[in-house]
Amino acid sequence: MPEILGSSSPRGTNGRIEITRDEVAHLASLARIDLDDAELDHLAPQLSVILESVASLSEVAAGDIPPTSHALPLTNVFREDVVVPGLTPEQALSGAPEVEEQRFSVPRILGEEA
Amino acid sequence: MTDTLVAFDDVLASYDPALGLEVHVELNTNTKMFCGCPAVFGGEPNTQVCPTCLGLPGAMPVVNAKAIESAIRIGLALNCEIAEWCRFARKNYFYPDMPKNFQTSQYDEPIAFDGWMDVEVDGETFRVEIERAHMEEDTGKSLHVGGSTGRIHGADHSLVDYNRAGIPLIEIVTKPIQGAGEKAPAVARAYVSQLRDLIVALGVSEARMDQGNLRADVNLSLAPKGSGVLGTRTETKNVNSFRSVERAVRYEMQRHAGILDEGGSILQETRHWHEDTGITTSGREKSDAEDYRYFPEPDLVPVAPSREWVEQLRGTLPENPTQKRARLQADWGYTDLEMRDVIASGSIGLIEETVAAGATPQAARKWWLSELGRRANDAGVDITDLGVTPAQVAAVQALVDGGTLNDKLARQVFDGLLAGEGTPEEIVAARGLAIVSDDGALSAAVDNAIAANPDVADKIRDGKVAAAGALIGEVMKEMRGQADAGRVRELILEKLT
Repeated sequence: MPEILGSSSPRGTNGRIEITRDEVAHLASLARIDLDDAELDHLAPQLSVILESVASLSEVAAGDIPPTSHALPLTNVFREDVVVPGLTPEQALSGAPEVEEQRFSVPRILGEEA
Repeated sequence: MTDTLVAFDDVLASYDPALGLEVHVELNTNTKMFCGCPAVFGGEPNTQVCPTCLGLPGAMPVVNAKAIESAIRIGLALNCEIAEWCRFARKNYFYPDMPKNFQTSQYDEPIAFDGWMDVEVDGETFRVEIERAHMEEDTGKSLHVGGSTGRIHGADHSLVDYNRAGIPLIEIVTKPIQGAGEKAPAVARAYVSQLRDLIVALGVSEARMDQGNLRADVNLSLAPKGSGVLGTRTETKNVNSFRSVERAVRYEMQRHAGILDEGGSILQETRHWHEDTGITTSGREKSDAEDYRYFPEPDLVPVAPSREWVEQLRGTLPENPTQKRARLQADWGYTDLEMRDVIASGSIGLIEETVAAGATPQAARKWWLSELGRRANDAGVDITDLGVTPAQVAAVQALVDGGTLNDKLARQVFDGLLAGEGTPEEIVAARGLAIVSDDGALSAAVDNAIAANPDVADKIRDGKVAAAGALIGEVMKEMRGQADAGRVRELILEKLT
């Protein structure tokens, strides 16, 4: 099974974690952020530095410390299957930029139906 | 571009198919997976929403205990291991059907894994290995406006209703199913159909494919015959009937072979199934899992079902499907061949309910397999989606048993049921379908038949009683099939002998 938090970025020869310009461009497109060439050149080295800083945490954690995904030592926090009143359609749609037929109106998005 | 299809038999001569099925089951809980909004089908748009399922800032999800229980019961019924500890994960993607910009799902820690289900096809048993069953939430519904077909192509903008967003889903994923050969399409269909029966028996979902409670994605690949390897697969999304599952597998086998025969390679992609034309078309290239940037959901704590709870839920499981099929066959007195046809038609659950509603097993089988099976076929829908209920079939049969209807008239009652004309009794009354056994009306019709056929009448007078059949036919014609044939025969003989 794949690692949930694994980073695919290779460590550079000098031990630094590098994120390539292409990886930044790919992540930007996944996040729907439009970056031009100058911004990519500017951001890629900065992101490498950030990654490196975060990675330094793993030097502190010994092998016997499992990765933490939650700050609370709890499990099984459930609720009963009972209906709770929510929002009216007017409330729900009050923050929508555009409303049509009691629905949120959004620009068309091509070819990416999940 | 038109795809080149290879004849099905020729596909099998050169290739081995491998199947994989992903089935989404929408649970019938009262509320959504992570909030207290009603999880019901078909309300007015955006009336079953709250800050959590709309993904508003600061809203916090809390897991529905009943959904976990249903997930564990599905896992157990599929002979899976139940995780001692598992987490939800965020599947990140930008599409307006998920207002949070991620779907809360499970990734490498599914609640149930490593199971199997035995599927019966033409009297042969295939063991389908289950890779995992994981929990996730459904998405909102988009309506694409401006295009002619409601699909994305040509649409101008989209309208989104979030009533469905957050309804609990269980996604059941098989391991690759190899070795089915020519039966691959039938195995795919039988798996989905028998999985539906199991879900219905568990009572965890309405499990109606036409309503989208049960949705199948079909993965298919071909490998050179005898090679034992797995080829590149395509994933055909949202195939929404058992019949279409079978057709989609068959189509993709023929299409893949067309590409491979010409030395081409299969693009790993999503395909769209077109119900009307029976073909698939290219969707999008499949994102790599890492493009979804899965990570553990920080707003939810892990789920760690106690072994006591799991065992308690195991005690609530219905009879396992293989045993159940054997028991029903014995109870119903069907031959192996009859049972095989019943299983193939996907009507085992319908017959069970019809018998429970009071019909004999033979009568239930007769209506579902011949009359209603034919109608479903003509309409191109699954028999479970035809729109006739087991209770209605039992009611029609009760009218036949009570002498109100004969089989021919009963067929007209089914016409009325499908046209939404009310209950069987109401349809009999409104259409005037009841059998006439009133001697006055019958006697007049018999007199007419005798007068119109003096030669036949003479034969009967001479003692050729068998000739009465011709007169009975005349009377039935005059009475539009509604005469009590036995009584007509008696009247003819009384008058002529």
